[in-house]
Amino acid sequence: MSSARDDILGALRCRTGRGPDNAAAACAHVERTILQPRSGPRPSMPEDLVALFVERAQAMISTVDLCPDPAQVPARCARWLREQGLPLDPVVAPSLADLDWRGAGLEVRIGAAGGGDRVGVTGCFRAIAETGTLMLCSGPDSPAVNSLLPETHVAVVPRAHIVADMEAAWQAARAELAVWPRAVNFVSGPSRTADIEQTIVLGAHGPYRVHLLIVG
Amino acid sequence: MYFVDRVRQRLDDTELQRNLKRTRGRNAASRAAAVAAFTDFDAVRTRATEIRASVLRDLDIWLERFEQKAAETGATVLWARDGDEACRLIIDIARRHGVRTVVKSKSMVSEEAGLNAALEQAGIRPVETDLGEYILQINDNEAPSHIIMPVIHKSKEQVSELFARVHGTAPKTDIEDLTREAREKLRPEFLGADMGLSGGNFLIAETGSVAIVTNEGNGRLCTTMPRVHVALTGIEKVVPTLDDLSTLLRILPRSATGQAITNYVSLLTGPKQAGDPDGPEHMYFVLVDGGRADLLGGDFESMLRCIRCGACMNHCPVYQTVGGHSYGWVYPGPMGSVLTPLYQGLDQALDLPQAATLCNQCSVVCPVSIPLPELMRKLREKQVERGLRPWSERLGMRLWAWVAARPWLYAIGSRIAVRYLRWLAEGRDRIQVMGVAPGWTSQRDFPAPAERTFRDLYAAQRRGGRR
Repeated sequence: MSSARDDILGALRCRTGRGPDNAAAACAHVERTILQPRSGPRPSMPEDLVALFVERAQAMISTVDLCPDPAQVPARCARWLREQGLPLDPVVAPSLADLDWRGAGLEVRIGAAGGGDRVGVTGCFRAIAETGTLMLCSGPDSPAVNSLLPETHVAVVPRAHIVADMEAAWQAARAELAVWPRAVNFVSGPSRTADIEQTIVLGAHGPYRVHLLIVG
Repeated sequence: MYFVDRVRQRLDDTELQRNLKRTRGRNAASRAAAVAAFTDFDAVRTRATEIRASVLRDLDIWLERFEQKAAETGATVLWARDGDEACRLIIDIARRHGVRTVVKSKSMVSEEAGLNAALEQAGIRPVETDLGEYILQINDNEAPSHIIMPVIHKSKEQVSELFARVHGTAPKTDIEDLTREAREKLRPEFLGADMGLSGGNFLIAETGSVAIVTNEGNGRLCTTMPRVHVALTGIEKVVPTLDDLSTLLRILPRSATGQAITNYVSLLTGPKQAGDPDGPEHMYFVLVDGGRADLLGGDFESMLRCIRCGACMNHCPVYQTVGGHSYGWVYPGPMGSVLTPLYQGLDQALDLPQAATLCNQCSVVCPVSIPLPELMRKLREKQVERGLRPWSERLGMRLWAWVAARPWLYAIGSRIAVRYLRWLAEGRDRIQVMGVAPGWTSQRDFPAPAERTFRDLYAAQRRGGRR
């Protein structure tokens, strides 16, 4: 009995008219397309990507705070958590372990979030101005769960990480990442659903709130 | 049961009609606003169509390229000729890894395959986690009525009653409270499940990844928490590069819900890597044919471009009135009227290609320019070729052809018909009750014909010209 793979690919080859005369050219075309990715139409962007990012992120119901001094990140984070009446014991991604969280009065744990964690803190690989979106790459220092399990997600966004669009972010990832991450998560505001009567409710299965600290 | 019979039931269902009316036109309005706010929409649509069409031209090679890349990342790619085979493969994976519970994020291919029933029969518990799909599952495995808004046919009162009955909780009327109740029920399932099953909006050949587009975050939980992740999707979902994915992501959410982007877009590539604190230990792809390969290179190839946004049904006057369950299988609306006969057999969905007015709105809004009305017309032609139309219609057509081939008979016939219709119109310009076919005028008037037929006028002009 032939395998399902052979049957399906065989049927497809028959349908695409694949034969020895055109297989090599088609393979070459496929490789070329991948090696030289072609962008589609990309919306034109204003000079000030940070302002656009803030505007679009707020449109997706993220809250935004500007924090020029990187050393002030823990204090700004703590202040926001207090203002919101949220717990002061966040779980912080290892990539941000060097900041003085305890000095800001936060009972932090460095590592990956579990089911009981209520506030998760992450960095971000890039942030996308076009849609106000965080691009989070999973890895030893950046657990995917920190932006997923806790009810509150705080993300630290270095100003220099804000790029125009997804294409620019992919370009950075292709150039900078030695190992392609297991998960690339694009996050635009809190989790939501409109399944019941098309009424939007925040906090479906993921965080109820996403707070962005733009640094630099 | 035929479409018309199911429609009759739905039209008489006052509760359903009330629910459909509540949201009617809302998705179309959201899409229109999103398109108006995005100046590049038409250009992106053209490019999106090109991307999908170019993959189909070399689908065999793109799939092999995807498979090779996915294997390099440590994922296993499996192939299924049809839904049954997909179910067997997934049950095998579950048994191999000692899986008892599977958390599922939305997958229309799993609906095609009837996966939940198959899993249950094998002693494995499936848990739907998309809020809408969860509601349907606990309501005795009801079928979805929309591909992205599965419970669009239900009111919050119905959901409230269902939750109170199934969860044994006090009835809640607030949608926020209902959503929270489902969240609390499902969170332990995510943390305890052995396997997560997702669909796949796109497969990326460049990286061997699956891209999943969600708002709730259940897709992320299903693909992050359990030990095993299975992505189940159709063989047509490949796109070449991450840049192509970016283009398609500009058009999918806008067409579906009017969002510029969904809350989450996840690109998942292989299992957990060395040092990763989270993620599944095993990752599988199950790629299903299920009738897709047969469409390639034929009259219906353009249907394989479909990215499952639901815009066609959101704009279909028929779907909006009769709801998704009238279509009888997993895909409703115009795309369903095309896909169901193609995947299930022309003789299994006799009146679906007729379940449209061919108003063309679906094709106008389709983000990948699928000529849906044209495809429905082609299906109608195929029905006629295969003698699948009712005897009365076939006899009528023959009679018509016989008369039309005899001009003298046609002239007499049309004169009699004009007299009859003008008599029915009683001197007005509209006919209120059509004598021989009262059903035609039960909801509308029929225009009365002019006194003289075109043939009479033409003949008179010719005579005048000669003079």
